[in-house]
Amino acid sequence: MTSHTTQTDPPVILEMRSITKEFPGVKALSEVSLLVKAGEIHAICGENGAGKSTLMKVLSGVYPYGTYDGDIIYQNEVQQFKDIRASEAAGIVIIHQELALIPELSIMENIFLGNEPTKRGVINWGEARLRSTELLARVGLREDPDTPIKEIGVGKQQLVEIAKALNKSVKLLILDEPTAALNESDSQHLLDLMLGLKGKGITSIIISHKLNEIEQIADEITIIRDGKSVETLNIVKDGVDEDRIIKGMVGRSLESRFPEHVPEIGDVLFEVRNWTVGHPQVADRLVCKNSNFTVRRGEIVGFAGLMGAGRTELARSLFGRSYGNFISGQVFKNGKEIHIRNVPQAIKAGLAYVTEDRKSLGLNLLDDIKTTTVSANLKAITKGLVVDKRKEFTVAEGYRKSLRTKAPTVNEGVAKLSGGNQQKVVLAKWMFTDPDLLILDEPTRGIDVGAKYEIYGIIQQLAQQGKGVIVISSELPELLGLSDRIYTIFEGAITGVLDKEHASQESLMRLMTSANRNGTPAAPTAQTA
Amino acid sequence: MNALKRIFGGDTRQFGMIIALVALVLFFQLFTGGKVLTPTNMINLFNGNSYILVLAIGMVLVIIAGHIDLSVGSVAAAVGIVVAIAMRDWGIPWYLGIVLGLVLGAVIGAWQGFWVAYVGIPAFIVTLAGMLLFRGANQFVGKSLTVPVPEEFRAMGAGFLPEIGDFARYNAPTVILGFLLIAFVVFSEFRNRRIEARTGATPDPIWVPITRLVLLAGAVLYVTWLFSTGRYGTSFPVSGLILVGLVAIYVFITTKTVLGRHVYAVGGNRHAAELSGVQSKKVNFLVMMNMSILAALAGMMFVARSTSSGPADGVGWELDAIAAVFIGGAAVSGGVGTVIGSIVGGLVMAVLNNGLQLLSVGADMQSIIKGLVLLIAVAIDVYNKSQGRRSLIGMMMNGLRTNQPPTTDKEISKTSEIITPAEPAETSK
Repeated sequence: MTSHTTQTDPPVILEMRSITKEFPGVKALSEVSLLVKAGEIHAICGENGAGKSTLMKVLSGVYPYGTYDGDIIYQNEVQQFKDIRASEAAGIVIIHQELALIPELSIMENIFLGNEPTKRGVINWGEARLRSTELLARVGLREDPDTPIKEIGVGKQQLVEIAKALNKSVKLLILDEPTAALNESDSQHLLDLMLGLKGKGITSIIISHKLNEIEQIADEITIIRDGKSVETLNIVKDGVDEDRIIKGMVGRSLESRFPEHVPEIGDVLFEVRNWTVGHPQVADRLVCKNSNFTVRRGEIVGFAGLMGAGRTELARSLFGRSYGNFISGQVFKNGKEIHIRNVPQAIKAGLAYVTEDRKSLGLNLLDDIKTTTVSANLKAITKGLVVDKRKEFTVAEGYRKSLRTKAPTVNEGVAKLSGGNQQKVVLAKWMFTDPDLLILDEPTRGIDVGAKYEIYGIIQQLAQQGKGVIVISSELPELLGLSDRIYTIFEGAITGVLDKEHASQESLMRLMTSANRNGTPAAPTAQTA
Repeated sequence: MNALKRIFGGDTRQFGMIIALVALVLFFQLFTGGKVLTPTNMINLFNGNSYILVLAIGMVLVIIAGHIDLSVGSVAAAVGIVVAIAMRDWGIPWYLGIVLGLVLGAVIGAWQGFWVAYVGIPAFIVTLAGMLLFRGANQFVGKSLTVPVPEEFRAMGAGFLPEIGDFARYNAPTVILGFLLIAFVVFSEFRNRRIEARTGATPDPIWVPITRLVLLAGAVLYVTWLFSTGRYGTSFPVSGLILVGLVAIYVFITTKTVLGRHVYAVGGNRHAAELSGVQSKKVNFLVMMNMSILAALAGMMFVARSTSSGPADGVGWELDAIAAVFIGGAAVSGGVGTVIGSIVGGLVMAVLNNGLQLLSVGADMQSIIKGLVLLIAVAIDVYNKSQGRRSLIGMMMNGLRTNQPPTTDKEISKTSEIITPAEPAETSK
């Protein structure tokens, strides 16, 4: 690793020295070193499975002292954390990607969970209220401390987690993918908050896949690849940009983040008219308002919108009314109206929907690759009553090879695969239904850079075969790189459509956030960074 | 030791439950002075437990789908009394009585399935209500009295395969059945081997399946010999025959059919299943309905064996069936479980009951021992899973046939190394 230790640097708060952590049969970390200076924001980058989270678990005592090799030197002392309480006592607090909040409890109760202010064993709620009001002000969250956690959004929940950490008088705050589930404005608020905390002298370690965010707030970056620390870069001194980080993460430079693709666009395949859907619980709220759009053969159509804008709701209501209360609207395929009332009919009509929430909506984590691959089209491998297991194997094996899914065999459980490989299995499952229109909802969420490139390739191949593809994504660069045409959605309504040539992050963002609904293409803007 | 592992697949621990069953049998055989493995006792064991095993078959499906059914004992009792009264007072023949019972079971099952699947009330509540409802129905219909059933009807609970000819005092149908079973086991072993070879798995060396077959065939032969050499007029019981038939049917359904797949899918992740086109409501409905049909059958088998239907029939059966399923490796959270595993689990409980009775252990100690066995069996399973191994029974059933490659906790490697950098495309950030 190349570290920068000059005389003018601030003191080092944390040094992890040649940490090696082995699981039975696997070396998850091998001689990883990490040097974090006091008061800085230090980013850790690496692909999924590179060992970032394992490293943070070693640091926070989830893997106690003795189960790893190497030293943790924190505030100039060698530490031997035996559990997470010990590391928290030393001021190291980790906020996991899956938030550790109890949905039924209030904000205040969550902040003080496990750390309740007590007087002779009785919780002093008066003091708790005073302190939580103060903590909420520090993180810039204007909510009543008595509001149940389940009633506030993920972005605000993330802030509650930070308030909880501040309450533990945190010195070193570790955030694992803090913005993965947040929309742009919530993300920005969180990043600003991190910079604010930095101003107050709190050191942060951030793990993130969003390289633009890292570029924006981090002082230094340590890149981990295959369980080894590759390098540490100083954002300013080394003039680091996203491409430089990617190069470090994948071990070579990616000249392009999107495979080359020449679209061959045919006739209108799929058309939706006046699609209006009500909220499943709230009676008079509409999640889709009078939406109209078309998809042509061979076309990749992007859907841009902020989280909660109604992208997923639109997709799922089209996919066999699997979400919301259908109110009105027509669907045409090849110019003929089709009626789809449930998911089996949708599949029969040639629709496929790949969900944004792979783990809870897309996969049965108890299943293996082959069972998952055929699960949406069991009919194709059933003779009479009997599922033909040989055919199942052949089909799954075929997709494993053609999509290059990394797994020893198709008997491997899907729970053991990385995000990228899980997504390939889900794609295989839907490709096996031989759909005409694929709706891909956040197809690259939680997937590392290398696998993203492959997923893009698969999407383009599908379009090449004459299928229509809808891609819903929160990442505008992804939409811009992939789509032939992009629709924007704002509060359940389609607010515009831009051709590839006319779309830019700025023009899309304007349509995604404002009431500019005329849909006229904005002036072309340069798309190079 | 190594050889054992090969034969049973992977780890010997994975075969824990079968080994435990064999060990239990041997233990009681030894300590009762050979009273366990006698024709009369085996017949008792089968006749006295087959209805619980029938329930376990239905229950494992319910539990795989993520539900529970507490009403099976009451449903069995309600069906039993109606059938008994129909035969005694209306004079319908025994075979129509059976049909009536099954139809009644289906109706009750449809009632419960409706609430669970289409209204969305948790099965725990629906069947708790059903437990009270159908117990009351039994006592209302039967006026809390005991109603006898006709002689012909009793065959399904206490009857035997007929004696045909006299093959040196062996019971011919039992022997034929035994040999058919062995033929089937041999056939399916080699069929699986062929499929394995075609799907690219490395098949075991030939001595492994041979030894396995010799052991299995030996066990079947021994049981056949036991049942066919009992007192003249006794042989393999009819209730056992019903059970074997049901096991065959339900193993087929759960492992080979689309419906079976869908039950596992709904239990494993209902939302994912729905988005894959599985009609989970239908699956839940069928699973609950099926359970009540099997409960009706179990109730009739019990009535047939005890020669009459009474107000206290079926009390506590649900717990025996649920215990069998969980000892057999099913998961409380759904998605996991096998029919064979549940049968083995039920047999462990049955042998335990039987052996303890033969040893004249009091009912108090029997209950304590059974409670501990349930707890420990599931504890071992949970421990194994937390160690990253597959579930005891899950492994037992799968490990038998598939050679799982060694896998680790770590995510399967990354995908980065197969990137092929392309020419710069028209868009970059």
